[in-house]
Amino acid sequence: MKLIWKNSNCGLRSSTNMRLPFQKRVPTFDHGIHPEYHKETGSLPIRRFPFAPKLYVPLSQHIGKPAIAIVTVGQEVVRGEVIARADGMFSLPIHAPATGIVEAISPIPCDTGEMEMAIIIRVYEADGQEVKVRNPHNLDGLSGVELAMVMQEIGVAGKGGAVFPTHAKLIPPNGCVIDTLIVNGAECEPFLTCDHRIMVERAQHIMTGIDFARRVCGAPRAIIGVEDNKPDAVAALIAALPADGTVTVKVVETKYPQGVAETLTHALLGREVPIGKRSSSIGVVMNNVMTLAYVGKLLPLGEGMTERVVTVAGPAVERPGNYIVPLGTPLRFLLDYVGAKSSASEVILGGPMMGNAIASLDIPVTKGVCGVLAFGKREVAVPHTYPCIHCGECVNACPKKLNPTQMGLLAAKREYDLMADKYFLGECFECGCCSYVCPSHIPLVQQFRVAKSFLKDRKKAA
Amino acid sequence: MSQIELRAAPHQHSGSNVPTIMRNVVYSLLPICAFSVWQYGLSALFLLVTVTATCLLTERMFNRAAQNTLSDWSAVITGILLALTLPPSFPLWMGVVAGFIAMAIGKAMFGGLGFNVFNPALVGRAFVQAAFPVAITTWVPAFAPHRFVEFIPGTLTAPLMIPPDVLAWIKLQGVDAFTGATPLARWKFEHVTASAQDLLSGAVTSSTGETSAILILLCGVYLAARKFLDWRIPVAVLASAALTAWAFQLYDVSHYPSPLFVLLTGGLTLGAVFMATDMATSPVTPVGVWIYGAVIGIVTVVIRYFGGLTEGVMYAILLGNALTPFIDQYTQPRVLGAQREKKA
Repeated sequence: MKLIWKNSNCGLRSSTNMRLPFQKRVPTFDHGIHPEYHKETGSLPIRRFPFAPKLYVPLSQHIGKPAIAIVTVGQEVVRGEVIARADGMFSLPIHAPATGIVEAISPIPCDTGEMEMAIIIRVYEADGQEVKVRNPHNLDGLSGVELAMVMQEIGVAGKGGAVFPTHAKLIPPNGCVIDTLIVNGAECEPFLTCDHRIMVERAQHIMTGIDFARRVCGAPRAIIGVEDNKPDAVAALIAALPADGTVTVKVVETKYPQGVAETLTHALLGREVPIGKRSSSIGVVMNNVMTLAYVGKLLPLGEGMTERVVTVAGPAVERPGNYIVPLGTPLRFLLDYVGAKSSASEVILGGPMMGNAIASLDIPVTKGVCGVLAFGKREVAVPHTYPCIHCGECVNACPKKLNPTQMGLLAAKREYDLMADKYFLGECFECGCCSYVCPSHIPLVQQFRVAKSFLKDRKKAA
Repeated sequence: MSQIELRAAPHQHSGSNVPTIMRNVVYSLLPICAFSVWQYGLSALFLLVTVTATCLLTERMFNRAAQNTLSDWSAVITGILLALTLPPSFPLWMGVVAGFIAMAIGKAMFGGLGFNVFNPALVGRAFVQAAFPVAITTWVPAFAPHRFVEFIPGTLTAPLMIPPDVLAWIKLQGVDAFTGATPLARWKFEHVTASAQDLLSGAVTSSTGETSAILILLCGVYLAARKFLDWRIPVAVLASAALTAWAFQLYDVSHYPSPLFVLLTGGLTLGAVFMATDMATSPVTPVGVWIYGAVIGIVTVVIRYFGGLTEGVMYAILLGNALTPFIDQYTQPRVLGAQREKKA
């Protein structure tokens, strides 16, 4: 496939970039970067993906305790059936993504980089693969917490990549009053367009999901934040808005990392999340558009989460696009189907800025995988690293207003404690802007990750 | 797909790199070099080439293990800047000394690119200012008739020898009314201020590359527009110098010159645009760069007015360099979400 490298976005974006000083500013945050977006797949409709012969369904597809398997090897499972139950409040059940036979329950490589227990299902080839098992509830008159418990049964976790169980995120902590539900449709990562397509094609599901989410968190209003490079998504959302005016769509500037919780909250409401606290402390709960689209689709039916929309793209992919992929589909099958070029040498789960390169193609698609990108050799060539020349580009790029220059110098000396105590290392959300702009090609954000994990490990050991 | 590689995020990069930045600074210095060669002829050309070559050789000598040090162009910048701040008649062998000191003591001893505390070019110049006080204050007129065919006498002085007197040569050139002093010296000792027109166009006595303020500022604008230079630093330096000069003039208009004279004389524009902005030796915090620039501007004017020297830009920038880590330390930006200063 020939990539169109420039002008891939709809006309709106270029007009905002040409904005004159006296023109009205689109809401945004300070600093940040403007990478090349490569959002070519944003104009392609979502298509359905075939079932792989075997699906590898990890028991831990969310943050929190892994689910407990309730099937045995050799047992037949029907698509939609619960095959692992939630282990407590911060856990989620797992549903069979396809009808077939449980072949094994064994460890497989996962996107965390570790081996995780998974249920391996051999899919019935001739089966129609309809969702057969549903468990609908009467949702009218349920209280917020009761609704959250029903929501837990469908097994939805944050689709932006953090995979925090959605029901748990929505319940306000003790003493917090939530005044705004922010729906994150910014999708600031280059290449990814799955949220974009969801907003265009499933605006009605999003509205239903917002309605459920507001019932749980008690927010009187909801704001959907969308970057201004997706005018068709904005139009689709506005057409689907409820009449009472409690849900609004706000267009924000196309800038990376607009879609991070802190920056989007700051852009939309002007509020800052205090250091060491969660957004609920300033009355805000944030959910990804796709998360709420799936809540809105599955909750009324009482259907489990068995698939998700994934952007498969990158210069080394022959047929990029957005696909509905059954959970547990191994990446090898996925990339074979979309035609990975022989030049492909790096596979990334998520976006190119924050996503992780994976070490094995046996890793399956799980609830948190929003994108699968394949890059060729040229795109990932590592240039020579120079010493820091104090140009200050990273200081001017950091959306959190940290001082990556100073932290990078300290990291080279392994002064991790000083970084944490004086330079707010823990506040870094690893967006990668500092590494992106560094003319010396210093892997700043990677150094910060190493520093953080060192401090975490030491704390654990103590 | 045979093999997959593992890399840390982010997997995209802006494409900027150190050699590109440095190379563009060199490009922007070329018009200034050309102008100085046009003014001073062979001597200026040889001074530029000799000092730059010395800097490159010294860099090579101290970094034999590392392969990258010459390709990053930073030694070229140091060499050109150093040559531009020396008088055109400066003996070449003294230029070699200046270049060696700049790279060896100013840069290599601190650990090379990015680790130097002081601007290497200014370290070299400060050394020769102390070592060769006569040669560094020997001025010659620009546009000598035979400048493209013969050297100014001082240029080819044998190593370790004192340069010959240039007065006889100057008389031979038939330049009228050459005073042998820079506009700053003339103001300081004779209370004569040069006209703004002469200062802007470069028709004054001065160091090799410090004559045309307007050319230097244009090159600076190019660099700032290409984002290879932090525009806040030159603006801060020039603004604070102008404000300080203006304040002095308010106090005693008969004694102190106009802010414009202060801005256009000596090495202030070259220093503000190319020396103070050296990335490695200037602060990175948004507030810090303004403080740094202001300190340089004020100190420059104070040295010029009250110091024993006629020119103060060099020491002002070196002082600013020394303060940089301190300024950075105390002007950390407020982290998003951090509480504003607690009221006690």
